[in-house]
Amino acid sequence: MSGTEHGLIFRLVERARRRSAWLYHFNAGACNGCDIELITCLTPRYDVEQAGIKLEGSPRHADVLCVSGPVTHTTREALETIYGQMPEPKVVVAIGSCPATCNVFAGSPFIDGPLDKIIPVDIYVPGCPPRPHAIIEGISLAIERLALRKSGATAVSK
Amino acid sequence: MNSSRAFIALLIFPGLLYALPIGWLMLGIERKLKARFQGRIGPPLSQPFYDVVKLLAKLPVSREASDIPLLTGLPLLAIGSMLGTLALLPVFRDESGLVGDLIVLVSLLEIPPLCFILAGYASRSIYGEVGATREAVVSIASNVPFLTALVAMAASAGSMHSSQIVSSTPWMVRIPALAAILFCLPIKLRLNPFSLANAEQEVLAGPLTEFDGPRLALWELAHALEWVALIGFVVVLAIPYRSPLWYVNAAGFVLLSLALVPLLTLLAASTARLKLAQATSMMWRWGGSVAALALAAAFFVRYGGQ
Repeated sequence: MSGTEHGLIFRLVERARRRSAWLYHFNAGACNGCDIELITCLTPRYDVEQAGIKLEGSPRHADVLCVSGPVTHTTREALETIYGQMPEPKVVVAIGSCPATCNVFAGSPFIDGPLDKIIPVDIYVPGCPPRPHAIIEGISLAIERLALRKSGATAVSK
Repeated sequence: MNSSRAFIALLIFPGLLYALPIGWLMLGIERKLKARFQGRIGPPLSQPFYDVVKLLAKLPVSREASDIPLLTGLPLLAIGSMLGTLALLPVFRDESGLVGDLIVLVSLLEIPPLCFILAGYASRSIYGEVGATREAVVSIASNVPFLTALVAMAASAGSMHSSQIVSSTPWMVRIPALAAILFCLPIKLRLNPFSLANAEQEVLAGPLTEFDGPRLALWELAHALEWVALIGFVVVLAIPYRSPLWYVNAAGFVLLSLALVPLLTLLAASTARLKLAQATSMMWRWGGSVAALALAAAFFVRYGGQ
């Protein structure tokens, strides 16, 4: 029952994933603009905690990896380690133009990006920096993907 | 000792079947109220339940085989000792099945912080070690007023038996002793002014930094049970009266436990984290002096009359 598409436990897990996404925020050489906009989502004006979203201190606790910045040469190894430390199922959100295209840093010898050359990216949120509304929309799209990940169903039945 | 009643105490009330939903409710109330105090809407009351379900359904990153028994065993030990504490609480007039005195109760109550410290060191993360060191220092400091207050209550009641202490401690001793124990409550629950060990962002996630998926879910469960057990312990010590009707006792226990949650949340929402030295000296100074007052009162009650 637990492994099937329509089983009770499967639906409960899917519902739980929609309602409790924990973020880990990684700055891969960003100018801090996107980081400030991401933190703004937690303030009383936007209050993403009402959807169960919270920022976690450890990548091992997280479901959603939010990356800002064009991935500089020095941050690449840390990014790969942190991606590896996150338990499945996980999704990656690229916040701002830098992780998507390297933005104004494109062509620099110190940049290893864009992000999708290094780890798989699920959702891109464009903007320099994107507005908090756009970030919240991107994260909610990412959560929808997270909830429907098939690997979760096998994880339950094990 | 009656074994069927012991099972009821351990597994139904005030054990697992009661403690788990109430623990989630307490954590839910804490998060919701904290958000309301900060001018936010906050998560629904069911949030802690969904967090645990989500964590249980995650696939942990593989670790070295030697780590796994320790990292799974420590949270399980914490959960087990919290259930034992709950079963030993003298909620009703007569013995609830399990027999144990104050020493057993307190030592079971002290196991989860110990597991938390060991978990920090066992995870071999620098952040885990910093968190574990802080937890060790804070728990030693908080146990000074906590244990002194309990000794005062036991000495004035002339017994080590928990139901005897509950019923026959005079108010002169009970009030300062309860004040000292209440002072220790936010420290033992790692709530805000004393959230040194699990200081989010500051030391990543403290001793739990390296825990993921189901193993983290076990810690979340242990934390929920810790809320029910510690708050229940204070409530049981606070009311000396036990009704012959079991449901009156149970209802009083549940309602008073839930009434303490908003007070703890208000404290957590209105204060900022202290430094380790500040928290320790505060505990020794204020908690210690109130507990010393209780001890002096207990001495007076026992030997002052003659």
